[in-house]
Amino acid sequence: MRESWLLFWRNLREFWRVFRHNRMGMIGAFLLLSAVLIALFAPFLSPYEPSLVIRDATGRGLTFAPPAVHGPLGTDDAGRDVWTQLVYGARISLLVGLLAGFIAMFIGSLLGILAGYFGGWIDTLIMRVTDVLLVIPDLPLMLVLVATLRQMELKISPLVVLILVIGLLYWTSTARLVRSQVLSIKERQFVARARAIGAGHFHIIRRHILPQLMPLIVANTVLILSTAILIESGLSFLGLGDPTQPSWGTMLNFAFDRNAISNGAWWFYLPPGLAIVWVSLGCVLLGNVLEEMLNPRLTAHHLEGDVRVRPLEGEGAYG
Amino acid sequence: MTQEPLLLVENLRKYFPVGQSLGDLLLRRPPGLIKAVDDVSFTLLHGEILAIVGESGCGKTTIARTLIGLEEETGGKILFNGRQIGARERRLQAGLVPLESGAIGTREQQSLPRLSFKQFRQQAQMIFQDPYESLNPRATIFEIVAEPLVVHGLARGRAEKIQRVRNALEDAGLRPAEEYFLRYPHELSGGQRQRVVIAGAMVLEPKLLIADEPVSMLDVSIRAEILNLLHDLRNKRGVSIVFITHDLGTVAYFADRLAVMYLGRIVEIGRTAEVLKNPQHPYTRALLSVVPVPNPRLRRERVILQGEAPNPIHLPTGCRFHPRCPLAMDACRMTDPAYVQLSATHSTACLRVESTAL
Ligand SMILES: Nc1ncnc2c1ncn2[C@@H]1O[C@H](COP(=O)(O)OP(=O)(O)O)[C@@H](O)[C@H]1O
Ligand SMILES: [Mg+2]
Repeated sequence: MRESWLLFWRNLREFWRVFRHNRMGMIGAFLLLSAVLIALFAPFLSPYEPSLVIRDATGRGLTFAPPAVHGPLGTDDAGRDVWTQLVYGARISLLVGLLAGFIAMFIGSLLGILAGYFGGWIDTLIMRVTDVLLVIPDLPLMLVLVATLRQMELKISPLVVLILVIGLLYWTSTARLVRSQVLSIKERQFVARARAIGAGHFHIIRRHILPQLMPLIVANTVLILSTAILIESGLSFLGLGDPTQPSWGTMLNFAFDRNAISNGAWWFYLPPGLAIVWVSLGCVLLGNVLEEMLNPRLTAHHLEGDVRVRPLEGEGAYG
Repeated sequence: MTQEPLLLVENLRKYFPVGQSLGDLLLRRPPGLIKAVDDVSFTLLHGEILAIVGESGCGKTTIARTLIGLEEETGGKILFNGRQIGARERRLQAGLVPLESGAIGTREQQSLPRLSFKQFRQQAQMIFQDPYESLNPRATIFEIVAEPLVVHGLARGRAEKIQRVRNALEDAGLRPAEEYFLRYPHELSGGQRQRVVIAGAMVLEPKLLIADEPVSMLDVSIRAEILNLLHDLRNKRGVSIVFITHDLGTVAYFADRLAVMYLGRIVEIGRTAEVLKNPQHPYTRALLSVVPVPNPRLRRERVILQGEAPNPIHLPTGCRFHPRCPLAMDACRMTDPAYVQLSATHSTACLRVESTAL
């Protein structure tokens, strides 16, 4: 399997050669990557535990301390370090977003491929379900679902509930996108060639349909990631997150709950808000650039520069 | 000529339903049919090249796709090595479609030995028209050429697979083969891509190649190379070729026999020399008259056909060529001509020929 690695590297280098010169893409990658690094190395970026209450010399909790008094970003209403909460919150926000995004992407791709490739009643069934889900507004539905599930006192973490609800409801746009792509891919001649050779459905999907979809799926995953993070933030802001493992949305929820605005404690609510913008902006920039670069339908392949000979079979031409 | 043919096609028909308009639906009009292939019969001997020539839209690609099993035939028989291989036939034998009364040849069908479709797929391969479209853009040349081996589980071990892919590529004129293994289709020229397609088709050492206008998308300068390659494969490997083209000019030195198609029907068929030297059907003559001939003294008077090819939904009554035929007579509007045998190998479907030639 040395060749496949060789190929992988070659393709990656090829991709990088073009990507490098795309400013938007590089900015997006930087925004996203920096957030991921911060999440990964959170313990090294802060001397405190996120739940630790900072005390002054007299032993009293240092509440609502502005950045000038404590640390880079001050403390919250309970005297906890905001910077520490921000870097640890990155872990929760990104994890929930990533897992939910992957679940959504997986379900969406699978159903989109099944619907597009097999057509018929499978297609009808999947598309009807998609339509129903598309008509119902996402946020209220998820709100109700998360709230209900939490009422049921199941022995699962609120984060898992969030991940599942977002992941299981957010695949519709992906499914439609993938389906429409599959519809056009399966009419292409190399698929007919595979069928003529005698290849089965599984082989055709794996070897011929999926490779064409991969770029779209990758780009879409990045875009979905931003939506998943935004939804997670929204739900957590509304108090549906896990208070023991605060994400950026939960931080905002705390801030509003504890009257951070009326107290003028901007260092409490601005950082998580900006962090959410930071990451979603990164995802959108990167996702759009990837889509543009990798989706052969939007632009011609960057390597396809050769001149195509036109078919000579025109109307009225005999002989 | 007494040899059993590799491929025997009898009364092959392929109709496509036309989308019904809302009006049709409300008035309960039956859906229309595009008779893309309508009653086509021919044989192909072992190691023979048969060219099928006709205007765009006359049903050539549909024949190819039906023969290879990409489309299910509406009716008729396809025998490969004396065995039934039609897609519809497979379903009939599997009992999925009830046998209609009067279905063509139902009695013999039961007694014919079956050829598993998988086996047939190993022995018959298709070369598609567009080499830019028939290769998966995200697969390497090695993967593309090895695919038939993988699908049929034929190569034992990696070494054998590499060996067979290398041989196929070199036979197709891509040397040294290793240099192509890890390349992608977009890195190759049109002619090289078509060679890859041919290598992929030949890697299973098939008995039958169906080539659907294999050079029409290629630069004029490389067409001859690809045609020579196919010719060589026939001579060295004995593979039979159904060669589909709209260009009568390429046929002359290439094919052993020639079938001229018009609107889903073969109007004239015979040995290439017979048909080219002594064309009998007015449509064949019209086609030949516009082929450029290098020697001006041999140039024939051009026969310019009137009107456009009628579409295969509303076929003319009688002879389907009569609206454009310079020799049409009253009878042509009424009678669909039967084949007239001009020699043991040459026949044509024309009422005029019936009344003059014999
Ligand atoms: N899948 C299809 N559905 C409906 N009509 C078709 C289909 N394929 C081909 N046809 C019609 O059948 C006729 C013959 O087409 P084709 O076999 O592609 O001709 P050729 O290859 O000789 O140019 C055309 O009128 C075409 O529109
Ligand atoms: Mg065609």
